[in-house]
Amino acid sequence: MSSREVIKRAKYKISVKDPGTPGVLKMNENKLLFRPSDPTSATKLDVEFRHIKGHKHTKEGSNKPPWLNLPHDQGGSYIFEFESFSDLHICREFVGNALAKSGEAAKAASVAKVSPATKVASEGSAVTHLDEQLSTTEMELRMKLLRENSELQKLHKQFVIGGVLTESEFWATRKKLLDGDNYRKLKQRVGFKNSMILDTKPMTDGRTNKVTFSLTPEIKYQIFVLKPAVHQAFLNFVPSKMTEKDFWSKYFRAEYLHSTKNAVAAAAEAAEDEELAMFLKDDDILAREARQKIRRVDPTLDMEADQGDDYTHLPDHGIFRDGSKDISESQQEHYKRTLSQDLNRQGAVVLEGRAVDVDLEDPRIVAQALVRSRPETNENASQERLERISRMTEIEDLQAPHDHPFAPLCIKDPREYFDAQQANALRSLDDTRAGTEQMKCNLTNEEVYGSLRKSISEIKTRGLNDPIVKPEVALMVFNGLTQNISSNKYQLGKNPQESILDRLPNTTKEELLHHWMSIQELLRHFWSSYPITTTYLNTKVTRLKDAMSQIYRQLEDIKASMQSDFRHQVSLLVRPMHQALDAAFQHYDADLQKRSARTGETPNGYS
Amino acid sequence: MNSVAPKLYADDVSLVMVVLDTNPFFWTTSSLPFSKFLSHVLSFLNSIMLLNQFNQVVVIATGYNSCDYIYDSSLATDHGSENGKMPALCSNLLQKLEEFVIRDQQLRKDGSGEGLPSSLVSGSLSMALCYIQKVFRSGPLHPQPRILCLQGSPDGPEQYVAIMNAIFSAQRLMVPIDSCYIGSNNSAFLQQASYITGGVYLKPQQLDGLFQYLSTVFATDLHSRRFLQLPKSVGVDFRASCFCHKKTIDMGYVCSVCLSIFCKHHKKCSTCGSVFGQAQADASGSSRKRKISET
Repeated sequence: MSSREVIKRAKYKISVKDPGTPGVLKMNENKLLFRPSDPTSATKLDVEFRHIKGHKHTKEGSNKPPWLNLPHDQGGSYIFEFESFSDLHICREFVGNALAKSGEAAKAASVAKVSPATKVASEGSAVTHLDEQLSTTEMELRMKLLRENSELQKLHKQFVIGGVLTESEFWATRKKLLDGDNYRKLKQRVGFKNSMILDTKPMTDGRTNKVTFSLTPEIKYQIFVLKPAVHQAFLNFVPSKMTEKDFWSKYFRAEYLHSTKNAVAAAAEAAEDEELAMFLKDDDILAREARQKIRRVDPTLDMEADQGDDYTHLPDHGIFRDGSKDISESQQEHYKRTLSQDLNRQGAVVLEGRAVDVDLEDPRIVAQALVRSRPETNENASQERLERISRMTEIEDLQAPHDHPFAPLCIKDPREYFDAQQANALRSLDDTRAGTEQMKCNLTNEEVYGSLRKSISEIKTRGLNDPIVKPEVALMVFNGLTQNISSNKYQLGKNPQESILDRLPNTTKEELLHHWMSIQELLRHFWSSYPITTTYLNTKVTRLKDAMSQIYRQLEDIKASMQSDFRHQVSLLVRPMHQALDAAFQHYDADLQKRSARTGETPNGYS
Repeated sequence: MNSVAPKLYADDVSLVMVVLDTNPFFWTTSSLPFSKFLSHVLSFLNSIMLLNQFNQVVVIATGYNSCDYIYDSSLATDHGSENGKMPALCSNLLQKLEEFVIRDQQLRKDGSGEGLPSSLVSGSLSMALCYIQKVFRSGPLHPQPRILCLQGSPDGPEQYVAIMNAIFSAQRLMVPIDSCYIGSNNSAFLQQASYITGGVYLKPQQLDGLFQYLSTVFATDLHSRRFLQLPKSVGVDFRASCFCHKKTIDMGYVCSVCLSIFCKHHKKCSTCGSVFGQAQADASGSSRKRKISET
């Protein structure tokens, strides 16, 4: 936030038509105050930002004067007319920041947008909201999840808003959902730019001989890293010998001389100014490093061969840079840098990566940090480090997430369980029919095997039946199959996954499914609350139990309201839900009894 | 199979693994005599062989004490007719079947339990899957395998784990298990097997028209199935057997660590050895009951 307080002259209007009361609008982080110019006027305002729900404003260029409209939670809104649009924009920005801040701090504003969970909070229930200090991003993620999943939204609405579960309890069982997006966060740091800052181009205005170099903290940092000599010089000269500004203008003077390719002029200037000569001469530190590197080159490598390939001295060869060809000349070599040197240095620095992690604003701090980070010159150590880097460096984006390998637990959609219920009903019918047949199995071993062998030899001697199937039987089979398939198709649609649920009226089906989901959610919380060790869990369980008994009654109502042809099926579907709830109730009662028996011994019961 | 050039395998070439129930205790009580049943099945196998010259049929007999391969069309050499009464397929198969029944009888231990004993379906399914694995590993080109269970004996709850494991490996191999159950009540195991693997479960009503059922529902290759309306089962019995007494149960206890199923409360999980806490023991059995999640 740029300023902690804003004071602007403005007119306060009760409505759009109202001519307005001139006065002064004063805003700080927490509230806005309006004091009318006429001290006798009664239209004073003193509103805290947590009562403001949002802000609207008129657009510049429209016919309307600069108005800022702040709707408040009582349903109305405060309208301010400013003298100019710039005033309006300053105030609008301030209000925006203040709203965001108050929303985060008190959580009231932002939650009000997500859900009326504030209602729960404001009711002052025993539930603590200490762990609900959420960042806006997390809030947004939750809102997104709710928007995308209507089932989740329904549950959220029913339980969180209904006060059965708290926001955090609701989400605690869905950590996986919330974690999902964390993969996306990048853990990589910004590396060193691989564009050549050495090419920092001067800007000429064309009329005077003045050239302008633009310099940012980032460029300064890059120069320090790329050119150890400049870095060294900066540490030596600034601020003892010259100011920072002088230092950079000298540096760029040298750069400019380089870019003109006028080695003679460069040599002449260097002779006059020893500090300038610093920048123009070859970098001693770099040269030393280069010698070290050459010592480490694999001795089998023939370095001479490379020199033979150098044909830049031939006409039409060489690399165009800065519009001119970079042809090496032997004289004045001292004051020249070749492009390949620059490129190599740049490449080395980029690969090494960003060594300092400090604020780039102050070049002095950067320079010192660099000294600290510049590694031990021990040859072995640096060699070792290089090897380690090449071995260990992995590009994070290309790696698989570092999760522990696990197979996700696959639990089928509970709705499919409904099918089983019907199968069970069919089965019990079958069982009664089959009862008689099982009685006959009192034959001995020899008898049964003998009869089986007899059957085999029988078919061996008699051959296959002719005809295999009697035509009328075949027809019956066909008819039976066709009827079965077409009736299934009629009843169940083409999808083999469809079930008896689909035969029920749509509203009933949805109601049942929703209840099933709700029961699951409640039961999950219910069972996870045991054993009850704190008062908090105790109230939670009581709340859950009440919600469950409510659903229990609703299920019974559904059952009773069904027409007779569906009633049996619905009761089959409802039965497992009732059973699950009954089990929970039973546990609740048993536990309650046990604990009340124990309360006799310990006064609070939660020892 | 060796004589067939691999490139000739089109997507409609099938390998049908037929699991044949030869439980003598079932067949003595069955309303359909075993000889009639064989007659239907043999005709059906013959017609599969005629549908495509590269089709392959393997028959596994499921006895009471053992199970074994009794026919493999890729090994059969002569395709002629022996005595004019039936194709060579049938006589070979019947010969092997008789030998198998004798062996099965010799393995018989004393003491038949109450009710109708079940046959060794888990063993046969495993053998069928092994054979299919062998075919899969023979090379990139192979016939499309499927398993057909011709079952009459009731489910043996003691085989629950073994059968479920076989079903899941079939699911992983994308091999459908078709089942034709000719016993008196539905087989929960075969229902689940067909449901999980995407096969067809059928319980024929007219047993004397068995051949018609088989050829109408189970003869088509997997490729053609996509274009056909095949019978669907209305419901699947998803109930599991408990691990302790091998009983089929509606409600039970599930180990929170390894998901083993028990019909009554134990102090310790017999599968993974987890010790169940005190809170559970206090809270009188029934209250901890939960729904067994379906497979």
